[in-house]
Amino acid sequence: MMNRFTGYLGQAVFYAFAAALAGYFATRPVYRQVPADQAQIKLMIKHGGVRVEDCRKLTTQELSKLPTTARRPIDCSRERSPVTVLLSIDGEPIYQAELQPTGLSKDGPSKAYEKFLVPAGRHLVEVRLRDDVRDQDYKYEGRLDADLKPWQNLAVEFDAERGGFHFR
Amino acid sequence: MQKYTAPLRVLFDAAERLLSRFFPPEWNPLLNLGALGFFFYWIITASGIYVYIFFDTGVWQAYASVEYMTNDQWYAAGFMRSFHRYASDGLVIVMLLHMLREFSLGRFRGIRWFSWITGIPVLLFVYVAGITGYWLVWDKLAQYVAIVSTEWLDHLPFFGQSVAGNFLSPTSLESRFFTLMIFMHIAVPLIALIVLWLHLQRVTKPRINPPRGLAIGTGLSLFVLSAVYPAVSQAPANLAEVPGSVGLDWFYLGAYPLLENLSGPATWTSAVVALLVVAAIPWLPPMKKPAAAVVDLANCNGCSRCLNDCPYNAITMQMRSDGRPFEGEAVVDPDMCVACGICAGSCPTSTPFRRMSDLVPGIDLPDRTIADIRADVHAEAERLSGDVRIMVFGCKNAEVAATVRSNSVGVVSLNCTGQLPPSFIDYVISRRLAEGVVIAGCSENACYNRLGTKWTTARIEGSRDPFLRASVPRERLKTVWAGRLGARMLRAQITTFDAVLSALGPYRTRHQRVAAKTTREAADDE
Repeated sequence: MMNRFTGYLGQAVFYAFAAALAGYFATRPVYRQVPADQAQIKLMIKHGGVRVEDCRKLTTQELSKLPTTARRPIDCSRERSPVTVLLSIDGEPIYQAELQPTGLSKDGPSKAYEKFLVPAGRHLVEVRLRDDVRDQDYKYEGRLDADLKPWQNLAVEFDAERGGFHFR
Repeated sequence: MQKYTAPLRVLFDAAERLLSRFFPPEWNPLLNLGALGFFFYWIITASGIYVYIFFDTGVWQAYASVEYMTNDQWYAAGFMRSFHRYASDGLVIVMLLHMLREFSLGRFRGIRWFSWITGIPVLLFVYVAGITGYWLVWDKLAQYVAIVSTEWLDHLPFFGQSVAGNFLSPTSLESRFFTLMIFMHIAVPLIALIVLWLHLQRVTKPRINPPRGLAIGTGLSLFVLSAVYPAVSQAPANLAEVPGSVGLDWFYLGAYPLLENLSGPATWTSAVVALLVVAAIPWLPPMKKPAAAVVDLANCNGCSRCLNDCPYNAITMQMRSDGRPFEGEAVVDPDMCVACGICAGSCPTSTPFRRMSDLVPGIDLPDRTIADIRADVHAEAERLSGDVRIMVFGCKNAEVAATVRSNSVGVVSLNCTGQLPPSFIDYVISRRLAEGVVIAGCSENACYNRLGTKWTTARIEGSRDPFLRASVPRERLKTVWAGRLGARMLRAQITTFDAVLSALGPYRTRHQRVAAKTTREAADDE
């Protein structure tokens, strides 16, 4: 231990150093998440595909074999179709996926949450969705001619109840 | 395990030694990391309560309310916000250092597994509290934190609905989410406090308040930092834009760029594996448990000195079971005992002067008995030669005593300096087994067994029972709290001490000194 004055001086230097360290790393160095000339497209889908098998009306004979409490006139399989999605920018596909239904019995919704960086500027954003294994064509389509600013976030959300794709 | 902790231990030792040049031992920040953690916690709580008065939890109002505090009421709420922010950084820094230091010292093995394990959730809770705190400001940084956190959580299969979906666009966000965040920001630290209470359960007399000097210094540095570089918000959050460039708090959010850029399964797997490894450390590999202290009822009078001195709550007193006319008897819980021997050092029957019976104290360590220590003293004394002989009692955790062994310096190893009954010092000097005694232990305030250094000092000073007899010449005793890196310091102190002892000459009792003086005076008269 040094003399008292030197000791206090050393302590002050330590506290100043610790405070400077805490103050600096509390905000710096700045982290650049996205380059300054890029914009982002965020795609979010949560949609249950059409059932793999059509519902079937049970015959009277079939119904009579069931317990009285389980006599539903319509029999539907649980499994849903996978949802196929295609996202293109300026005609170039940047995302294509067959989203499997969730759940052990594959009866839950198919989900997607994806982010894409694109150069800022004017782009034609097209997105298509098919939700029935029996279909060859896309049932839903969305299209936007967007002038994306640097760091702009364009959200593309699918909501079947509201008619399909929404750009926000 | 020691080979893995050694490099870290050298670093901490060097840092402690550097700081000890400016700080008195009781103020050394590295020796008060746990207490500093509590200090920061209370500052965060007090400043947080004040800031909460002005905070609005609505999604559109949160940012404005924080801006009001920072700009319009900078002198009070703004200042408190800075205090809150920097104390939070301080908390996470001292917690991480505390964990690393305990790891470097091997203080996670044996019964210390409990403190180690309970420390892990505290660290996690502090991180959760800090992250939700950043979220609440709802600026660009908050937006970044919210999106990366929720996207990471979405990799778990527990959430039916995407949590990150709440931050998809400006219209998807609701104030309800902020209510949840403020609840977490308040509830999680409270839960952490409960776990902290558990964390301290297996130690006695935990230091939860830093010494006044350290508290003043730390508080002042927080004050100055808050004044010079106040915490401010970044640009307001806007979900229509990407928070492209953010000033991260690297103490809390250092892992966020990794979470963002690596795959979810990879980061989750790494995090879980890391957590499991940290949690398993106390048992990697399983430690051979040292034999716990044993009570010998024939020599125990139930004085409870061992109970008062045990650093780990391993001793309790219970009703006498052998019918002898004493109130109680000491009982050792073997699961809690680390075999430091401090109890044996406190036992009044641990005196090497005993002749009438075998040297069996009321409480003793089977693997390192007081009788063994006395036998070692005799063996070393027989070996020593020269006019000035020094007997060093060295703590085995400080590891430096063995380096000074020579023809004139004997070394007796202890499990902890607190294991040494003060009567041994008296014994060595009065029986002329050596001209002087050195006690070499861990650095001050950094005792491996928490209280050994403290109790030894108090016993020598005569402020804690059992006392070192007042008649023992203190000039023939030296304590060197050299720590693990203090071999050079110990050698230097022994050289100086050797010169002092040389000047003092051979030890003489008070009666011998009086008799010699009388003889000298008589000779002068003639």
